[in-house]
Amino acid sequence: MRLVLRGITKRFGSVVANDSISLTVEPGEIHCLLGENGAGKSTLMNVLYGLYKADEGEIELDGVVQHFTGPGDAMAAGIGMVHQHFMLIPVFTVAENVMLGNESTGFAGNLDLDAARDRVTEISDRFGFAVRPEAVVEDLPVGVQQRVEIIKALSRDAELLVFDEPTAVLTPQETDELMDIMRQLKEAGKAIVFITHKLREVREVADRITVIRHGKVVGEADPQASNAELASMMVGRPVELVVQKAAPTLGEEAFVVKDLRVVDAAGHTQVDGISFTIRAGEVLAVAGVQGNGQTELTEAIMGLQDDTSGSITLDGIELVGKSVRKVLDSGVGFIPEDRQVDGLVPGFTIAENLMLNRSFRSPFVKNGALRIGALRAFAQQKLTEYDVRARDIDSLAANLSGGNQQKVVVARELSRDLRLLVAAQPTRGVDVGSIEFIHKQVVATRDSGIPVLVVSTELDEVVALADRIMVLYRGQIVGIVPADTPRETLGLMMTGERPTDLKDVAV
Amino acid sequence: MSDDDQPTPESEKPDRTPRSDFDVATEPTEPAEVDTAEDASATPEDRSRSVLREIASGDAMAGVLAVFLAVFVGSVMIAATDETVRQTASYITARPSDFFTALWEAISGAYSAMFRGAIFNYILDNPAQQWRPLTETLKFAGPLILGGLGVGLAFRAALFNIGGRGQMLIAGGAAGWIGFQLDLPMVIHLPLAILVGMLFGALWGGIAGLLKARTGAHEVIVTIMLNYVGYYLLFYALTKEWLLKTPGSVNPKSPPMHDTAILPKVLGDTFNLHFGFVLALIAVAVVWWLINRSTLGYRIRAVGENPHAARASGINVGRTYTVVMMIAGALLGLAGVNQVLGTVSSGVSLDLDASIGFDAITVALLGRSRPLGILAAGLLFGAFKAGGFTMQASENISVDLVLVVQSLIVLFLAAPPLVRAIFRLPAQEAK
Repeated sequence: MRLVLRGITKRFGSVVANDSISLTVEPGEIHCLLGENGAGKSTLMNVLYGLYKADEGEIELDGVVQHFTGPGDAMAAGIGMVHQHFMLIPVFTVAENVMLGNESTGFAGNLDLDAARDRVTEISDRFGFAVRPEAVVEDLPVGVQQRVEIIKALSRDAELLVFDEPTAVLTPQETDELMDIMRQLKEAGKAIVFITHKLREVREVADRITVIRHGKVVGEADPQASNAELASMMVGRPVELVVQKAAPTLGEEAFVVKDLRVVDAAGHTQVDGISFTIRAGEVLAVAGVQGNGQTELTEAIMGLQDDTSGSITLDGIELVGKSVRKVLDSGVGFIPEDRQVDGLVPGFTIAENLMLNRSFRSPFVKNGALRIGALRAFAQQKLTEYDVRARDIDSLAANLSGGNQQKVVVARELSRDLRLLVAAQPTRGVDVGSIEFIHKQVVATRDSGIPVLVVSTELDEVVALADRIMVLYRGQIVGIVPADTPRETLGLMMTGERPTDLKDVAV
Repeated sequence: MSDDDQPTPESEKPDRTPRSDFDVATEPTEPAEVDTAEDASATPEDRSRSVLREIASGDAMAGVLAVFLAVFVGSVMIAATDETVRQTASYITARPSDFFTALWEAISGAYSAMFRGAIFNYILDNPAQQWRPLTETLKFAGPLILGGLGVGLAFRAALFNIGGRGQMLIAGGAAGWIGFQLDLPMVIHLPLAILVGMLFGALWGGIAGLLKARTGAHEVIVTIMLNYVGYYLLFYALTKEWLLKTPGSVNPKSPPMHDTAILPKVLGDTFNLHFGFVLALIAVAVVWWLINRSTLGYRIRAVGENPHAARASGINVGRTYTVVMMIAGALLGLAGVNQVLGTVSSGVSLDLDASIGFDAITVALLGRSRPLGILAAGLLFGAFKAGGFTMQASENISVDLVLVVQSLIVLFLAAPPLVRAIFRLPAQEAK
């Protein structure tokens, strides 16, 4: 199926999310939409999928102009969407999920589950997905769940498949498998739109690349183009992709974790007896697929996890059992993994957000009253220093882009007297330009002699920042390895396998 | 990695189990660089939370429009229930002028009566008598403002304090006990009665806050139930002479307050306006400072806007809930004190709250949970109350109509898209 988008414009109030975007996707082609977060890729796809109505422009499928009023119309027209966050019901089987919303029924509304099972088996066999229709979705690995989503789209005879940031939740191995699947689908004559901001993946599978910036198409890129070329097209200026850093100047063992065990509210052990050490002036990066205990590890350090046992010491001071406020007062800086949830108050101004974890003492508090003058001067200074793009310090955090929001969080944490920095997903959902800036700040913090714990699910980030890499799997340490460990080895370790010739590096 | 340009809350929330009990009730806010009204994928919790926030803190224009609409609908109801209007309507094609004259007289008569009852009675000659309605309005506004502050402050912490009635009753009972059981000089007696009342109000509100902080019990359910507990406790107290019962009386009513415990009149004995209104004005200033200039208020707002971020920043969310509910209870307690020691100093009774505990919710909503807005909304509702009686007396329009108008205001506030549609305002997509 041939898709033509002509002059699609979508405005939200005064914000133009898509500005007259035109695009053609041919059958048997993988068309990459490359752009930074907030560039308007997802808005465009939501227009295509009937979730938003375009203010201007038209959608044409095989030469026929379409007027979608909802996802139902788009699906009926042969468009399938594989969402970043799966739209599956965990307690249903694969077959039940696939038939959901499109149930074939027999007499008196009886569900025809056999037909659904056959359909799943048929599609699964055709593309070699190896998915059993009887399997319950919640028992399946994430990569397989994604295949269920693909089967679901294919079962409705989708000819155009849209993959919206599909690799965010996958291990490197699963990502490779997904690439294979996409190639197979292409050979079967499907048209594929692949939305991403990961350059490596683009170069691997794309037949054509369209780069979007600030809601506009800036041009087509050659799949043979180098990473640096693609990045500069995305950002609009040359970007340093590699973090320049000198060898670390190691100090003493400032941060020591021993036999840490964290049990979550549901009673599952999320961190299972891990021990490690970070020296002053060193970055230890934690690698692993999301959900292997990283969140709980950082929250345990901050005192945000209730059921924590073992020992965490910073400069000899025990942190386990202390309140969040005490931990912060001990000099721990915390960049939480989800700034929208834990990092910022969206309804607060930039200035107010900058004093969020200093609401008890000076410099912004005196006798229970806010020192608004001091706060405003501080905020003004940080706005410039951290290059936060906002109208002024009274802009609401909710109205900032992801990258600028993250800069506010980073500015707040790094402007305190730190003895440890915990940075969880410091650049998630952040544009390339801001990534560069934030990475430099993390390295600068390390160079000032502070131990730094970085948690990231992006292997690129882990490799860029780490002095040593610790791989977590199901709450346990698979190994602590040097920063120059090959990606393949790291990818393998992220699945829980420990190469036999591997040696842990001591501090 | 999620694209920040599409407002799907799910895409911003990694799977996680709630980290503590109170997290369950308060989901994180919608991330929105571009906040669209057509967001089809918001979870119900996000929905209800953002609706609550919109009702409680939307812009002032919506409030004005809601009042305007409600008054308009009220006019239609006045006209529809008016005898002359209905008679003339039966021959409207023959003589339309009769109908329109009747229509005008019914509506203008009602609202001018309300004006005479609430602000300035131009029919009378004596200036003191002419301005008397305004002082009545202020008298009625006092406890509404105090109660509105109590509800509005809780709103700022994203807590829905429905327990105004119970807090007022308990506080009123306690202040009343001090007011007639003790014999003290006025400089001690009156402040003591006020303080004890506020203390009991704080206690009653604090129970709901503490239960939410410790066990995650939802404050709406707890405060509603505490209304009943408060009511029957007061009822019990009114049957025991060592508590509140008037010796020798069979009615559930306490003896009148001693003169040393009664709030003095502001403008002399000609007018009923007492110092309760002055207390309300002071409370507006104090709460304004508390919310906008104090660290406690900063933390209250942080907890209300995003409890997760507040917690991760070292703010004790549970303690903040408890403290907020105590202050809210104290403010509603002050409203109860205002009644017992001021407006009806003839004795504590079970209807001392005069439905102010619930009207306070409306006042807080209309005032958008901001102290100055609450002041304005309280004055408006005070005027409704004062004017409603005159309207009934002089135009024979049921005072219930005023309640209808008040309720319609809330209804229109709760449905901002409806108001926007009526006035063809642009949707609040991008701010």
